[in-house]
Order: sequence, then structure tokens, then C-alpha cells
Amino acid sequence: MPVLGSDMEAGTLVAWRKRPGDPVRRGDIIAEVETEKGLIEVEVFDNGVVEKLLVEPGTKVPVGTVLALIREEGAPARPAAARPRATPAARRLAAERGVDVATLVGTGPEGAITREDVERAGAARPPRAVEPAPDQAARMRQAIAAAMARSKREVPHFYLSTTIDLGPALAWLARTNESRPVTARLLPGALLLKATALALREHPELNAHWVEGRPVPRAAVHVGMAIALRDGGLVAPAIHDTERRTLDELMGALRDLVARARAGTLRSSELSDPTITVTSLGDQGVETVFGVIYPPQVAIVGFGRIVKRPWVVEGGVAVRPVVTAALSADHRVTDGHRAARFLAAIDRYLQEPEGL
Amino acid sequence: MTGTEIRATVLRLLGDVAPEADLAALRPDAPLREQLDLDSMDFLNLMIAIHEAFGVEIPEADYPRLATLDGCVEYLAGARRA
Repeated sequence: MPVLGSDMEAGTLVAWRKRPGDPVRRGDIIAEVETEKGLIEVEVFDNGVVEKLLVEPGTKVPVGTVLALIREEGAPARPAAARPRATPAARRLAAERGVDVATLVGTGPEGAITREDVERAGAARPPRAVEPAPDQAARMRQAIAAAMARSKREVPHFYLSTTIDLGPALAWLARTNESRPVTARLLPGALLLKATALALREHPELNAHWVEGRPVPRAAVHVGMAIALRDGGLVAPAIHDTERRTLDELMGALRDLVARARAGTLRSSELSDPTITVTSLGDQGVETVFGVIYPPQVAIVGFGRIVKRPWVVEGGVAVRPVVTAALSADHRVTDGHRAARFLAAIDRYLQEPEGL
Repeated sequence: MTGTEIRATVLRLLGDVAPEADLAALRPDAPLREQLDLDSMDFLNLMIAIHEAFGVEIPEADYPRLATLDGCVEYLAGARRA
């Protein structure tokens, strides 16, 4: 069961999309799981052959539980199931609590299952429900509450903002869209996203995860886009390799992601991979958005409404469209000086939109 | 296509873009985006859906004329006559 959010503890296997013996390629959808974020499609991360499905549909299991065995390409078929490595204390506890050690991933020496692994699995099992399960919106709100409370408790946020002249970017956008059919037009959001991703290349410390007490910069830029859902709540799935995509590719990815987020067909890697989040509340009329960092990420960028303001241009005052870019960053990872330069880099990229 | 048919088609497309919306309560002369909580992507999707359903090309500069249901009907009726 993949971890699809920092506070996700368990998920329910809804259906298998593959059967034992089926060949699978990296990126194939093997299963659907129900989580606080809705129905998620679980992807395969290696090429191979499905050897065994270990969890029955309808079963709720803790994160880290092995859902299926996949034999790597070219590897011989596995002999009859070997007894999983587990400490005696873990086996006793598993027997007491009705936990199948064969479904767990061990964290002990050489992958052995420990007593703590069993305790975690037992704690994540659903209680024998007396009250009806909360609906999806309520469960998502609980998950957001847990993640945001943890973030504010553990992450020392600091906040910076800057106002950016969007005159050149919007003029370029209008010229570009003028010659395009409506189906191929770009939104300003695509430019903001690309400028942010390019600025992250210059400031990789903000494109990182905080893992076990230290920042781990991520090689690829996978920007998570905050998307409001129709019935409340939000998700922030990743647009993979954001900085490498053209504006047209980003626009297509945005449209696809918004549609799938609202239809409940996101993929597991889209929820587990974001290296930073971008949120925009400009359509709702606010000018500045200071977001709460989503652990283990270390920064979130917020864009507000594009508004017309008096702006000094070459010694005179002109009316220009501007947007406020706000950064919430983790002070354990960076400081105000570097963070300010990151915002300045976003500004710089937006002044030369033809280069995006 | 009559004005009534255009209106019915636009309402159907709105229902596709914002499936949770109460279209029966929609004020035809008030902005769609505020009433239906449409964001930029929703509005673009509506323009694309109108383009595909009516076969009408809609320049970006004309978007403000399609801000309300009445505006959509008037614009599309005019575009189809042209």
C-alpha cells in the first residue's frame, strides 16, 4: 500500500486491474485503492510479471503492506512461498492481534519484521465499526487537518511575497492565443507554473523533502498543483518533470490533472511524488496566498489574483497587470536571503515569456 | 437552432463542466463564474465545449460577451446567423 500523503496510515484495496501471470510495465495500473484523497490508481514501478496478489478487494491495510508480488523481468519464478523473516516477538504479537506477517514490509535487520512493524499494522486496522464510516469529504477534511496540524507543529515556516509585473507575460499570451483555436489556448497559470519550475532549478534547496531530520534535494522537479474539489477539500497531485515540459504540454497536463482529480482517477505516483506545491486562489479574488507546507515538502508557492495596478515603468506611471507571488518556506532548509532570490527568479522568468 | 434550443444546449454543457451546480437556480443575466464557482480552467472548458457543440470559433477577446447565460445565447445566435 503506497504512502500517498504524509499522514496516510491505511488504504482499502478496491479492485485488482491485473491478474497473476499478467506482464506489467513500469507505470501500468495494477490496482485501485480508496484513501482519504479518493479513489487512487496504483502504478507498478518495475517491469515484470504479476506473481501473486496478496490482498483481497475490500480489505483495509496499513501503508507499507505488500499488495502483490511482481517477478522482475527475466527472473526465475519464485519457489513455494518462503516463510517471511520475523522476530519471535513479532510472530507472537501478530498471532495475538490477527495480523498476517506475510503482508508486512519489515524494517528490521535484512528486512525482518519487527514487533513495531506488527504494532503499526495492528494500529492501522479499522476499528470494529459501531459508528458509520464518515463520508469521503469528511475523511478528506480529517486527512487535511492532520497534515496541516503536523506541518504547523513541526515545520518552522517563514513567509515572503513579491508583486510581479505580468504585462510582458500577458501581452505575449494574448498574442499567442489570438492565433490559436480555443482548444489550444494557454492560461496564465501555465506560465506561472513553468516560471516557478525553472526558478526551482536555480534554487534546488526548495525542491526537496525533509526526511529523517535532514533535507534531501530531489533531482526532478515535480510540482504539485493544488486543485479544489467540487465537494470540498483539495488534492495537490504532481505534474512530473514540470520544468522540462513545454507550455503546451503543461497546459495539457493541467487540464488532464484537474479533470482526473475531480473524477477521482489520480495515480499513486501523482500523489506521492510532488517536490513542492503551487497553489492559486486568484479565481477566488484574493491577492495573496500564504500556504501551509505539505510535509515532507519544504516549500509552497501561492499566486493570487491578477489585478491592474499603477506601476512605475521607465520613470513614468503606467497601469500594469500584476500578481503577488508568495512563498512559505521551511526555515530548517533555507533562509530569507535565498528564498527572496527564488521569488526574484520567478519574476525574471516571467519578464521573458517567450523563453518559458 | 432557436434561442430556446441554444439555451438548453448551453445549460447541458454547463452541467458537464460543473456537475454539482443547481442549474435550475441559475440567473440568466448574472455572471456564470460567480454563480457556479467556475475557475479559469472550468471557463476554458466551457468555451471549448461550446466551440465543439456549436462549431463556433470564439476569440479570446469575446470571452466577456459569454459571461452570462443570456450572453452566451445572444452571442451564439448571432454567430450562427453570421
